Amino acid sequence: MDLTPTGATQTSATTRPGVTVSDADRPRLARHVRLTFSRTRQCQVLLHPETVVVLNGTGADILELCDGRHTVAEIVTELGTRYQSVPDDEVRQFLTRLVARRWLEVGDG
Amino acid sequence: MDSPFGLLAELTYRCPLACAYCSNPLNLADYRDELTTDEWRRVLAEAVDLGVLQCHLSGGEPLLRRDLVEIVADAHDLGLYTNLITSALGLSRPRAEQLRAAGLDHVQISIQADEPTRSDRIAGTPSFQRKIEAMGLVKELGWPLTVNVVLHRLNIDRVADVLALAERVGADRVELANTQYYGWAWRNRDALLPSRAQLEAAEVVVRAARERLRDRMDIIYVLPDYYSRFPKPCMSGWASRQLTVTPNGDVLPCPAAHSLPLPRASVREDPLARIWAESPVMTAFRGTDWMPEPCRSCPRRELDFGGCRCQAFLLTGDAARTDPVCHLSPDHALVARAVEAANADSRADELPLVPRPHGVRRPAGVPGGAEPASRRTTTAAPQRR
Repeated sequence: MDLTPTGATQTSATTRPGVTVSDADRPRLARHVRLTFSRTRQCQVLLHPETVVVLNGTGADILELCDGRHTVAEIVTELGTRYQSVPDDEVRQFLTRLVARRWLEVGDG
Repeated sequence: MDSPFGLLAELTYRCPLACAYCSNPLNLADYRDELTTDEWRRVLAEAVDLGVLQCHLSGGEPLLRRDLVEIVADAHDLGLYTNLITSALGLSRPRAEQLRAAGLDHVQISIQADEPTRSDRIAGTPSFQRKIEAMGLVKELGWPLTVNVVLHRLNIDRVADVLALAERVGADRVELANTQYYGWAWRNRDALLPSRAQLEAAEVVVRAARERLRDRMDIIYVLPDYYSRFPKPCMSGWASRQLTVTPNGDVLPCPAAHSLPLPRASVREDPLARIWAESPVMTAFRGTDWMPEPCRSCPRRELDFGGCRCQAFLLTGDAARTDPVCHLSPDHALVARAVEAANADSRADELPLVPRPHGVRRPAGVPGGAEPASRRTTTAAPQRR
């Protein structure tokens, strides 16, 4: 996950170190975040008021499944089907990092 | 050379507020010949072609542009993430609904303190109550809300109350930005610079609030660089990720570089892509080749990029010096003296402030032109970062 801060200055932002995600959670993008395609860079990017995350193919696939309907367990299974080389733990860790940054919200239904 | 991610569109420097911490340039009158709606449309399209993904609409007070809804709609149609940075004073319900329909993604509303007397005094005009109402409107219309607060000597002791206010209005994010000393803030630096004890107390409050509110509100704290050992990584490097277009079409790598002795670049004269790639204002300090010692051989040179060129220029008269904030800078005494003065027992309680003027009104009939005087009671320029 390539975090690209685009603000001008050094900030310290909120992170939530103790956050975890469970298999039953249904992650969705937070309201202030948008997933879009960058024509210039030919990749999906996640946009936030002050930051851009340039996504690789797997990251983009995971986030497209974060629609508030798929559970974490389903996302992990789907990614495992698409990419045999992506370990389940990495998918969970990616989701956990985004929840900790409040870019993803989780609800269990 | 990378493509820029963000465009800061400074639509106007006119502003109904008069905050002494404003980072707008001192020579506001030189920026009265504002870009037209069509010119902004072209700038936005060129920015998208260049790779820009985020468009921050700021000023001055962007709501003073009568064509703001059109500009937002254009930006949205081009696929940009649109972020309005406003004092919110002109954010009436109809205007807000139009902006929502035009696709505005995010709203940042400034507030000067946690209660009306102090907030209005810093803003230079009665504004607190309308800001609070506008914050409610933003939430009601389903936008994410960021509350922006520029911190300085006159309000930093209220940071706990400011956070309580942000919580009360349902902010999703709050940006607590220690003042950076450019433009009017530079002119007022000695009155605005807080003491070390004030900063330490504020940091305790911020840490505790983050813990308490971590499931509800993002708290961003912009560090006070005069008190740091190392400089901020200003703009993530000169002309690296962001660009600024001023109200009259000048292109800058940041919102504070107006006064640097570099040749002017304007969207009225050249395409944005050529300016980004070739103009001296962009290339002068891009990368690390320009660096003097101690930056040149410093292991941190790609972490902080030598700090801020504008700050080096303001403090030393030479934009190519190491940012004097850095404790390794040969000019660090310039910062140390200001800090020492801010902490001296003999310092007067309140030094006089020079409020920024509202800016020059444009002649009526010009697109995006002057508001009737009765409506010029709106927003403040939140300091850009």
